[in-house]
Amino acid sequence: MSSVSGAAAPGRGAKTAVKSSMWRQSVRLLLKNKLAIAGLVIVVLMFLACFIGPMFSPYADNKTNMRIMNRAPNLQHWLGTDKLGRDVLTRVLLAGRISLTVGLASMVLSVTLGTLLGALSGFFRGVVDQVIMRVADLLLTIPSLPLLFIFGALLSDWKVPPENRMYIVMLILSLVNWPSMARMIRGQMLSLREREFMQATTVLGLNNKRKLFHHLLPNLIPLIIVIATLNIGGAILSESVLSFFGLGVTAPTPTWGNMIDAANNLIDFQERPWLWMPPGLSIFITVIAINIFGDGLRDVLDPKQKR
Amino acid sequence: MENLLRVNRLSTHFHTDEGTVKAVDDISFRVGKGETVCIVGESGCGKSITAMSIMGLIQAQGASGVTGGTIEFGGEDLLKLGKNELRTLRGSEISMIFQEPMSSLNPVMTIGEQLTEPLRIHRKLNRKAAAKRAVELIAQVGISRPEQIMDSYPHELSGGMLQRIMIAIAISCGPKLLIADEPTTALDVTIQAQILDMLRRFKDESEMSIMLITHDLGVVAEMADYVIVMYAGKIVEEGEVEVLFDDPKHPYTRGLLRSKPVLGQLQDELYSIPGQVPDPLELTESCYFHDRCEFCMDICRVKGPPLRGVGERQKTACWLYEEANVHA
Ligand SMILES: Nc1ncnc2c1ncn2[C@@H]1O[C@H](COP(=O)(O)OP(=O)(O)O)[C@@H](O)[C@H]1O
Ligand SMILES: [Mg+2]
Repeated sequence: MSSVSGAAAPGRGAKTAVKSSMWRQSVRLLLKNKLAIAGLVIVVLMFLACFIGPMFSPYADNKTNMRIMNRAPNLQHWLGTDKLGRDVLTRVLLAGRISLTVGLASMVLSVTLGTLLGALSGFFRGVVDQVIMRVADLLLTIPSLPLLFIFGALLSDWKVPPENRMYIVMLILSLVNWPSMARMIRGQMLSLREREFMQATTVLGLNNKRKLFHHLLPNLIPLIIVIATLNIGGAILSESVLSFFGLGVTAPTPTWGNMIDAANNLIDFQERPWLWMPPGLSIFITVIAINIFGDGLRDVLDPKQKR
Repeated sequence: MENLLRVNRLSTHFHTDEGTVKAVDDISFRVGKGETVCIVGESGCGKSITAMSIMGLIQAQGASGVTGGTIEFGGEDLLKLGKNELRTLRGSEISMIFQEPMSSLNPVMTIGEQLTEPLRIHRKLNRKAAAKRAVELIAQVGISRPEQIMDSYPHELSGGMLQRIMIAIAISCGPKLLIADEPTTALDVTIQAQILDMLRRFKDESEMSIMLITHDLGVVAEMADYVIVMYAGKIVEEGEVEVLFDDPKHPYTRGLLRSKPVLGQLQDELYSIPGQVPDPLELTESCYFHDRCEFCMDICRVKGPPLRGVGERQKTACWLYEEANVHA
């Protein structure tokens, strides 16, 4: 970048080059963390499998077939069939689509909500802060599982067709998840706004909008990325829990949670492990992989938060 | 000389759980157009709070904050201005640089972004014009390859370079008053001299006034037209620089001047004023300096001295000279 064009105004290209060099350094550090990269690879493979895999499956129509109920894994059905004769492998992948989508979407929603409310709270303080934080506190005092059930039960009363229930679940998860996010962002905001460079912005006569969006939020991006990543894992887990208890996405739409729920009886548990092992392992592996990756990300982007 | 800034009976108090801290207590001074006024004093005597009060950086919380006085700038009382009026003034008419250049710039924004910001806001320049001006400014503060610096992040530059950038930002909109709060304290000596040289040059070129805060009398000797000595939130002595250095009146000023090593003059031991700055919570009705003063008299323990003129170009707050006046 030493060869910036002769013109006085720096080229846009040069600027982005430096910006990306900062990110490139982070990426280099991340690449050194083998465990985190393994986590990322697993997550990516899981996404690819779930979103592309079913296209190659002859059983993707999800049709029931009474002649081949509860078959153990075999050459035609690699992970066997369920009690309605549907291919378990295909269903696990289709379920993964829903679970991963719900995880991602609810993360986006709760991170947006949490960042916005937390940032406003920490920036303006006073009444705004009081109102937002009291609501957050209220939600945080209730442990998240009962809270999930409360929201789940409330929203289950709405007559929502099964295929749209996943949107309800996203909403529930973000309602439960935004307060902790907002708290972290607010805390960071409170400490950032006391930093000398923020005093310098006041001295320069910058307005609130500029301070908030140009100076403060960019400083929060590493933290937001880290929390967002870890948040996906949590959301997938919560979605499974909700669906397992029949408060989330319901049949016939498969999710990892309701597939395990469908096998929730003694006979299936003892005799037909192919019904519940695949979705169970999928949840386990995906969530662990996301968390390992998120931890690695935190070490790189937000070293101060390291525990 | 025409007044640019006139601070009149300014008080800034903080009410804490332990009691009231009178960080700035009823001080008055003026800064003329094109003049450099230095405020000196030991750490904790209210210099920064004075500067922050002028900049409107002290947020009123309950009874804490600026509790009295006026701060006239160009005929207007800054304390009475609305938020928006104050904002248009800051960064364009008055600007300020801080002690720590390393932490005064946003770590995730490029130098260019931060330098063009005030130009675009106050001077309403477009992106291209602002960038062009920013490059000129970087060159003006003596940094080579300005185009490259534009794209750098603060952590890629040294402390001295960052302070130059801070100065470039501060002077970018041609302020009438520059407040510099210990601008060279964090830098090493050679760079310190360069920075001061530069400030002086800009001042001479643009008729800017400087209010320079420091605890270093070497800096004062180099820069000041007029000197204000603060102690425990009050002005104890002030005067034109030659007079004050020639014939300091207040025992505190004398102590400060004595604690400065003199080149080529062998001293057994570097003098330092015995004792410490009083706890701001335990100030009583007395001269705040009495317990460190070698000339302490009875009256000093019970009553604070007023700031009075001694000669034409100097004022001091000390009973020694009141006595002299009475007897004369
Ligand atoms: N927010 C605050 N609350 C209470 N006391 C304060 C506050 N800010 C500063 N002070 C006190 O005001 C006094 C003056 O501080 P300052 O102006 O920063 O000193 P200095 O001359 O070193 O710049 C100090 O005694 C400090 O403890
Ligand atoms: Mg200070």
